Amino acid sequence: MSDFPILSVIIFFIPLTGVLLILMIRGEEEIVARNARNVALWTSSINFVMSLFLWVGFDTSTAAFQFEENLQWEGAFFSYRVGVDGISMLFVLLTTLLTPICVLASVEAIKSRVKEYMIAFLIMETMMVGMFCALDIVLFYIFFEGVLIPMFLVIGVWGGPRRIYAAFKFFLFTLVGSVLMLVAILTMYLTAGTTDIPALMAHGFSPALQNWLWLAFLASFAVKLPMWPVHTWLPDAHVEAPTAGSVMLAGVLLKFGAYGFLRFSLPMFPDATVFFTPLIYTLSIVAVIYTSLVALAQEDMKKLIAYSSVAHMGFVTVGAFSLTTQGLQGALFQALSHGVVSAALFLIVGVVYDRMHSREISAYEGLVQRMPAYALIFMLFMLASVGLPGTSGFVGEFLVLVGAFQANSWVAALTATGVILGATYMLYLYRRVIFGKLTKDSLKGILDLSPREIAVFAPLVLLMVVMGVYPGPFLEVMEASVDNLLRDFELARAATGTLAQASP
Amino acid sequence: MHVAAVFLPLLGAIIAGVLSFIAPADKERGNRIDRAAQWVTCGAMLLAAVAAAFVFVDVVVDKNETTVHLATWIDSGAFEVSWALKWDTLSAVMVLMVTVVSAMIHIYSVGYMHHDPSIPRFMAYLSLFTFFMLMLVTADNLVQLYFGWEGVGLTSYLLIGFWYTRPSANAAAIKAFLVNRVGDFGFALGVFATFLLFQSVHLDTIFAAAGDQAQTTLGVFGGEFHALTVICLLLFVGAMGKSAQIGLHTWLPDAMEGPTPVSALIHAATMVTAGVFMVARLSPLFEFSDTALMVVTIVGATTAFFAATIGCVQNDIKRVIAYSTCSQLGYMFFACGVSAYSAGIFHLVTHAFFKALLFLGAGSVIHAMSDEQDMRSMGGLWRMIPVTYVLMWIGSLALAGVWPFSGFYSKDIVLEAAYAADTGVGTYAFWLGIGAALLTAFYSWRLLIMTFHGAPRADDRVLAHVHESPKVMILPLIVLAIGAIFVGMLAYPYFVGEASPEFWEAAILILPEHTALEDAHHVPAWVKWLPLGVGLVGIALAVLMYGLVPSLPGLLAERLHGLYRFLLNKWYFDELYDALFVRPAFYLGRRFWKVGDGTLIDGLGPDGVAATAVTIARRAARLQTGYVYHYAFAMLTGVVVIVSWYLLWQSG
Repeated sequence: MSDFPILSVIIFFIPLTGVLLILMIRGEEEIVARNARNVALWTSSINFVMSLFLWVGFDTSTAAFQFEENLQWEGAFFSYRVGVDGISMLFVLLTTLLTPICVLASVEAIKSRVKEYMIAFLIMETMMVGMFCALDIVLFYIFFEGVLIPMFLVIGVWGGPRRIYAAFKFFLFTLVGSVLMLVAILTMYLTAGTTDIPALMAHGFSPALQNWLWLAFLASFAVKLPMWPVHTWLPDAHVEAPTAGSVMLAGVLLKFGAYGFLRFSLPMFPDATVFFTPLIYTLSIVAVIYTSLVALAQEDMKKLIAYSSVAHMGFVTVGAFSLTTQGLQGALFQALSHGVVSAALFLIVGVVYDRMHSREISAYEGLVQRMPAYALIFMLFMLASVGLPGTSGFVGEFLVLVGAFQANSWVAALTATGVILGATYMLYLYRRVIFGKLTKDSLKGILDLSPREIAVFAPLVLLMVVMGVYPGPFLEVMEASVDNLLRDFELARAATGTLAQASP
Repeated sequence: MHVAAVFLPLLGAIIAGVLSFIAPADKERGNRIDRAAQWVTCGAMLLAAVAAAFVFVDVVVDKNETTVHLATWIDSGAFEVSWALKWDTLSAVMVLMVTVVSAMIHIYSVGYMHHDPSIPRFMAYLSLFTFFMLMLVTADNLVQLYFGWEGVGLTSYLLIGFWYTRPSANAAAIKAFLVNRVGDFGFALGVFATFLLFQSVHLDTIFAAAGDQAQTTLGVFGGEFHALTVICLLLFVGAMGKSAQIGLHTWLPDAMEGPTPVSALIHAATMVTAGVFMVARLSPLFEFSDTALMVVTIVGATTAFFAATIGCVQNDIKRVIAYSTCSQLGYMFFACGVSAYSAGIFHLVTHAFFKALLFLGAGSVIHAMSDEQDMRSMGGLWRMIPVTYVLMWIGSLALAGVWPFSGFYSKDIVLEAAYAADTGVGTYAFWLGIGAALLTAFYSWRLLIMTFHGAPRADDRVLAHVHESPKVMILPLIVLAIGAIFVGMLAYPYFVGEASPEFWEAAILILPEHTALEDAHHVPAWVKWLPLGVGLVGIALAVLMYGLVPSLPGLLAERLHGLYRFLLNKWYFDELYDALFVRPAFYLGRRFWKVGDGTLIDGLGPDGVAATAVTIARRAARLQTGYVYHYAFAMLTGVVVIVSWYLLWQSG
């Protein structure tokens, strides 16, 4: 296995082969659509199976990067270097899992330009996996920004009525953030003389510079995550995006911010991290409380879930900046769990949207009478979303709060109010959509989940329950890398401390 | 055996849950599925009860305390949590009680729910609820306790909202879940604080270390506080939510929207007692914090009295019993508060029997009355449903604490312990407890008289239908009635009497300086007889007001109009919370959304930038007028500005 370039195969070879095959499909529209779907489903499924080998071959005892590939180009100042560690590996699997699910979920919903749609998703997969694997900061930047293009197209072409506004808002927000990050990357290259991520981690930037770099990265990550107050693109983007677009957006794209904090901000700028932690705490707490309340007032199902995502990502940042083992592991776990749960929730909205073409909560009621299986699946993910013990949502939230409480009890207490508020808006949503009398004529003939839809949800349900009841294997993957991150963090802080003492 | 007692109900729940998804082809097939679900869940529950009995003998009689480790759950740094079953006297008692009462309720449900279209779902919920409760009481760490804690909250939400087409049931279900979540919030913070102090959430580890930490302070919430006090108070907030103590009690009466067996299961035997169980389980922590114990006593005593006052004016038969439960839980808490944990648990166990009996008896009445719950429309039923009538008498006698029924023994020891504590709060609890005992007897007999005596007030159509419940409902009631009569007498020596030290062993810790339970056996005679005395007075009062002079209650309500309204509206807690929390939350949500996100962030941010860009472009376009002098003027202005800036900069 050691010489096999598994990461490149997952990033490029399989998805791009799929793209090529789809490009070659010719013929009648109907047949093209079916073949394009099949090719996309097969390639992305194969890619998922391939990525499972990453987990099989993963060595949990080391924090070093694994499955590394390093290609030096003649004359280029950056290199093609990829690898995964305990922080990124599971995100790769999350992406490769969600891609086939997205393809499968789009069968009914997408009828026009199916070919292009499938190509967009496969390219998106390349970009996303590449982003998580990149070990060169320029490479990282290319993937990080590159993913905007397919996502922009998916929203802009296959989206709802206000898709152009939403697509541009999404693009502008994320781009403004990214420009600052680019400046920071250039500065880092000029200061450290390398673009290699492990080398940059060890470089040790001066505290004054750290603050500026940290802020520049924040601009980008905060938009992606998203943090309050730069979250307003998210509800619009979600509402207009097709279901699968929302799934990718919530499931993977939002994790870019969390991943960025853990890969760059914390290890490279430890002093700035400590300096700015109060800022992050404040923004996160505001996000949790504010967006939970806003979610309560929503009349559109997708918007409600979009706002709930912002609140849940608030937990991730609190955990990451608590700088404790539990907080960091909790943040990673919460990010993964949110990837599964919010993806499922958007798919759940998609199920009724495909049937009724409305996302208005008031358009539904009493669905349990016609759709018991749907009601059960919705219930399970609602519970995961509110963090009920035994679901994946609980493990992440609880660990985050355990970690946060050790760092600052007020932060933990205020963040924990999100647990109450989260239950409020989710139960209220569930009651309005699922319970009650079924009196609307339009709903009387609505059908329960089809076998295809059950196939879409089954892996997500399984994953959500396993992660909730037996999270050990997942936490084990993260452990060495998280411990290592914290150890290096302390060392770097201590080094700055001695410098500060020595200088006057 | 140790595992089966806990996991059999889960197995039953899963099978019944799967059955509930089978769409029957015809009525015959549907009935067969219903039967299957009932057999499976009732069978699993009975087997679990048998297993629990074996384990009880093994653990309590043969002294084989043990912890069954099942699997690792969460392992993150020092934070290690397992799935495990901790078997000691306390959990064995609880498991036995829960499985027996729950099995009876399962069997009763077969009769009670036989008209319902979704029987498998109902049975699945009941069994699932029981499973979570069993996980709660056998937890060997705080996080598994929390798992059971939230799990019963979830299943109670499902059960209360079982009739989901009723808006009131849905509202009550959400209310129950959310009020409980508020309590759970406190509980969770308590767990975090425990971990901060002990670096562990494993019960045995923290109990062993508690003594050493008795003087430690913890820097949390901007101050240095006595560590164990902080932990105990936070955890107690959770107990208040689950056990419906004053402030967080509002969900319990509304929860009567669920089917009656649910009310019995949740309110009598299990969920609401989880808070009391938790305080008793954590006695090794609470013992080291006098402040926390004081708070527990005050909250318990206040609730005991407060809920009893409301119970006196309610007209819904189940709500009277619900407030009664609230009040009795108050007794259990103040018993724990004066370090008489075993007295609290004793009352918990006897209460489980007689309160389940009362609830199910009320269910039998409601069943007979074609789902009527308002006592004002009842009356004169005793001839028509004599068995239920007798059983309700037994339950009421036990509740009122009349010798020799169970309640007499447990309520007496609780009140004696409060008196013997000889502290300010102990005395407070004693007198409020006496007052509540009077009210308890009063509302119990008010219920009996309004329901069973006097002239029938229901219409003829309902009266024609009145019938005694089927055997499948009566038999469980008889089992519970036997418990309500004898458990107190039989268990007294073991729970709180001579044999109690060997019985409890290490399950409950009481520091030597807390002697209330010991002294309770040596209180003056009047303390021993006062509860019974006031109970008889309460009964006499109710007979007078509702039996002999039926015009009296109306007259009193008119004379004391203010007080009557105050009690009828349950001290206005719901209105207060609605104004304080519910409305502001929705209002803020809307404002944040429209003004915060819409006007401020988007208005100044993307939309504002876009709008400004457009405006600038328009202005710029307007500048290009085509007239030469405009351009010349602009150029000149530019030159002037540049030159003056240059000069100023030079000279500056």
